[in-house]
Amino acid sequence: MIKRFLLALALLLPSVAFAAGYSGPLDKANYDLRDKESLQRGAQLYMNYCLACHSMQYQRYSRTFDDLGIPQELGEELLQFTSETGMHKTSAIDTDAAGEWFGLTPPDLTMVARVRGPNWIYTYLRSFYADDSRPFGVNNAIFENVGMPHVLEELQGTPRLATERRMVDGEMTDVSVGIRADGNGTMSPEEFDQAMLDLTNFLVYTGEPMILERQRMGYFVIGFLIVLLILTILLKKEYWRDIK
Amino acid sequence: MSRIMNWIDQRLPVSNSLKLHVTQYPAPKNFNFWYLMGSLALIVLVNQIVTGIWLTMSYNTDAAGAFASIEYIMRDVEYGWLLRYMHSTGASFFFIVVYLHMFRGLMYGSYQKPRELLWIFGMLIFLVLMAEAFMGYMLPWGQMSFWGAQVIISLFGAIPYVGDALTTWIRGDFVISGATLNRFFALHVIALPLVIVILVFLHLIALHEVGSNNPDGVDTKKPKGSVPDEEKSPYEFHERYTKKYDIVDSIPFHPYYTVKDLVGLSIFLILFAAVIFFAPTMGGQFLEPPNFEAADPMRTPEHIAPVWYFTPFYAILAAVPNAVLGVVMMFLAIVVLFLVPWLDRSTVRSVRYRSKLHKANLAMLVISFIILGFVGALPPTEFWTVVGRITTFTYFAFFALLFIYSKNEKTKPVPERVTK
Repeated sequence: MIKRFLLALALLLPSVAFAAGYSGPLDKANYDLRDKESLQRGAQLYMNYCLACHSMQYQRYSRTFDDLGIPQELGEELLQFTSETGMHKTSAIDTDAAGEWFGLTPPDLTMVARVRGPNWIYTYLRSFYADDSRPFGVNNAIFENVGMPHVLEELQGTPRLATERRMVDGEMTDVSVGIRADGNGTMSPEEFDQAMLDLTNFLVYTGEPMILERQRMGYFVIGFLIVLLILTILLKKEYWRDIK
Repeated sequence: MSRIMNWIDQRLPVSNSLKLHVTQYPAPKNFNFWYLMGSLALIVLVNQIVTGIWLTMSYNTDAAGAFASIEYIMRDVEYGWLLRYMHSTGASFFFIVVYLHMFRGLMYGSYQKPRELLWIFGMLIFLVLMAEAFMGYMLPWGQMSFWGAQVIISLFGAIPYVGDALTTWIRGDFVISGATLNRFFALHVIALPLVIVILVFLHLIALHEVGSNNPDGVDTKKPKGSVPDEEKSPYEFHERYTKKYDIVDSIPFHPYYTVKDLVGLSIFLILFAAVIFFAPTMGGQFLEPPNFEAADPMRTPEHIAPVWYFTPFYAILAAVPNAVLGVVMMFLAIVVLFLVPWLDRSTVRSVRYRSKLHKANLAMLVISFIILGFVGALPPTEFWTVVGRITTFTYFAFFALLFIYSKNEKTKPVPERVTK
């Protein structure tokens, strides 16, 4: 009884932090912050498909270019469509009008990876499906009745809920087996998954652009502290030798 | 050098104070792991003050700019992220250390005569620390900052007659707004830290007046003239202590405990750095994910839970079906801790020499507190509400039982002197 209770406690703990509407399984995003090419591709996708509506107001262009290894002039020419050099990334859309069009002002996405988690973003981006009952003709499997159109449809193709007739509890029912694109997009399913992983990677980076620096510094600090610990143990032993 | 020292000492008792409180302060020689927490708490306090000063240099107290200024600190201020993570991690570590420190006091009877006032000062520090942490958590002005404050402040609304007026008075507005943020900032950065520092000072002065307890709970200051010379501790202690007592089994705080505390500090810093550099949000427990979204008064987060160090008390609040009674019980859960010196009527201090019943009772308190911590963090379901009610009962049962059995408790014989 006690064991089962403790197990239940342990299992429930992660859900404390990430309770957010959808509670089903998420696909694992194997992102890699060291992969600069992936981050650059992610940045390119963000600037071209997301930034028109979703600002990234806490992150500067110049910082992004520096961290991602993009020369400033090249970045300004190819990736900077809004605001001035060195400034924060603002969206092109009129936020009041957007609130009317979508029912909600498109949220700033600088730290979306810290709020939702990388796996959620990766799954969300790949979970749009055609649904004629919605104003934009599209819905999302993990964010029901989302107000956002499927802006990446030209890459993915028209995604449709794939169902199979299966026997469930003695009755034949349509069971969802995932989402398949029609094949009218410019990317293959594998290419699209990789592109979404790149975008997720980029959003993890913008959520906390100092992650790599932080971890690198951490090894030095802890290394130093371990040496300090050894020295303080020796010092303590030396002083305490004469205490009985 | 000594001439300068002489000049100062004739005007300010520097050398004498150092001897009295550091180099000639008699500390029992049998301190264990649990006795590191006090000095660690002091160091975390210094960490909070120093990093806090630097954070205020770049923080914007305006409700429209507060959230953005935190990200400015994280991204544009040199090592701003380090200062911020040291401060946010320091808050959680403060509570870890303080909870362990309080448990040490309960375990070894450090609240018993003559240390009642010492315990009261400690409890006051804990109380003010909770207010300090609560107000600090509002400053980033994220979703959880806003809605957490909304929930906690509205608790005062449950008080009959004056409730509504009181919540308006606390907020300085009819809703949580920039006015609330500004006053919380003022209280967080100057008023409450000042109170904490004064209380810590009083806590230390009271400690040095009565002397430290130890894991055996036996006195190391014996009546003057009761101990033969060869049994006395062979160190030079300040005459303030030796004039009145014969001191046994003690060593000067410095250098012996300073070098021992340095070992403890090194271990502590390794754990502290591991969190700061590799898990600053601690899986969403030290910094909650919804707090990375700016406060939005129009949109409630799906699940509002306080930070982990408040969850045991929050669970007690939620366990009681009646709102007013819930608030009363929550405050009572803290008030009852103040009364421990008088609830425990035993004269044996340390758990080592007390009855099996007392040991079991203390274990029940710890288990109840930990389970309450989990329950307070979870979304309320029927099952967890029942668990919360049971553990609320067992939490209070500790104090009631302690009062009942401690008067005629079957204790083991207490040794004359500390054991090895």
